[in-house]
Amino acid sequence: MYSNGYIFRYATIMVVVAAALLSTAAMLLKPFQERNRAIDKMGSILISAEIKDVETEQTISTFNQYVIESLVLDSTGKVVDSYTGEAMQESKAFGVDLKKELYKKSKSENFELPLYVVEKEGVKTYVIPMRGSGLWGPVYGNMALAEDMNTIVGVTFDHDGETPGLGAEITTPMFTEQFIGKKIFDDQGNFTSIKVIKGGAKTLPQSEQIHAVDAISGGTITSNGVGDMIQNVVESYEPYIQKQK
Amino acid sequence: MSTENKEREPLFSAKNLKLLKEPLNISNPITVQVLGICSALAVTAKLKPAIVMALSVVVVMAVSNVVISLLRNGLPPRIRIIVQLVVIATMVILVNEVLEAFLFDVSRQLSVFIGLIITNCIIMGRLEAFAMGNKPWPALLDGIGNAMGYGVILIIVAFFRELLGSGTLMDYQVVPQSFYEFGYQNNGFMILSPMALITVGVIIWVQRYKNRELIEDN
Repeated sequence: MYSNGYIFRYATIMVVVAAALLSTAAMLLKPFQERNRAIDKMGSILISAEIKDVETEQTISTFNQYVIESLVLDSTGKVVDSYTGEAMQESKAFGVDLKKELYKKSKSENFELPLYVVEKEGVKTYVIPMRGSGLWGPVYGNMALAEDMNTIVGVTFDHDGETPGLGAEITTPMFTEQFIGKKIFDDQGNFTSIKVIKGGAKTLPQSEQIHAVDAISGGTITSNGVGDMIQNVVESYEPYIQKQK
Repeated sequence: MSTENKEREPLFSAKNLKLLKEPLNISNPITVQVLGICSALAVTAKLKPAIVMALSVVVVMAVSNVVISLLRNGLPPRIRIIVQLVVIATMVILVNEVLEAFLFDVSRQLSVFIGLIITNCIIMGRLEAFAMGNKPWPALLDGIGNAMGYGVILIIVAFFRELLGSGTLMDYQVVPQSFYEFGYQNNGFMILSPMALITVGVIIWVQRYKNRELIEDN
């Protein structure tokens, strides 16, 4: 029979060994993991701006080549920080934590959001990173606007754990390609966002179809989450966009 | 199980080989013991995540089996389950960190399921039933054997689900484009978990047809 003292000593030593092992591993692997996350983020920004099929190894250089400026905007649309240097991934905009900033927005505090300016063959595209909530966890993505800051050039979506085959379909071209050519402002210049419509955008009046896409069958909550995310995030850029016009 | 052989036996004696081979067939964790079904349904929509999952389980199971087997003589029985859990959890977190660092895409696809290896009943079951009463070497073989038994089923299920559900294997298109032009459609139902259960059912059926001794009497 083992004494209580032995059991306590045993448990303590075991836990300390396990903790030491895990923290060493986490520290050693952290640079690799952060690099992967940054590459993933850059890749999706590029894809939304229609720069596709970039090899993982080339992502960083391609990103630095095409992204000519990264801005940080505050809640009134003022440019707080702008960066045009070589290593875009070190700019302040790239380090903005969307989750924190959008939380500040929900509390009606001042927030700062990033905006990337991509230039490809002389044509500028503005990429807005987005974040919201789906059914099981966060959904995020990027929306690329054309030079008129109204027409959508491309979008990407991603998620942590939406239902495969249903909500997870938001990442597929079938869903994202619908956004191309849609507009986020109406003819009067009012912000309309892009609505994700259950039952299909065709059920709306003709004039509103340009501001809507079809939701995913069986993925209603994820679809609504995407719609809310676009509304919530893109409206934060409205002051800036209005100033540019 | 507690009586240990005093005389040295060869590393790959018949008894040890049996530890490796049996879980692949007559004592397969999924098809015979029906354990670990949850992750088998979840990660088998595509072949690549299934293979990575299978390898991860092999690593976790082999190492935790050996560690518990090494600790077995000084391990206070009253806290043995907690110790087992700590060992498994440590291994799973390590595997997850390594995947995130070097196989980022796959790690994103597997998402929570790597973490859920901790609750995979096959692993706890083997630690409790085998590693607690055996030397490290047989425990290693038993761990690898059982994890492979699990992995093989995962890979078979994923093969059929990806082939019929997406028309691809390892993300390469294998169903020719001309089939689609003739009106062939991917079976979207294969991507959903219920079809994984049915596929596992079919494997169990085929296995029992081949191995009559597995069929229950009633």
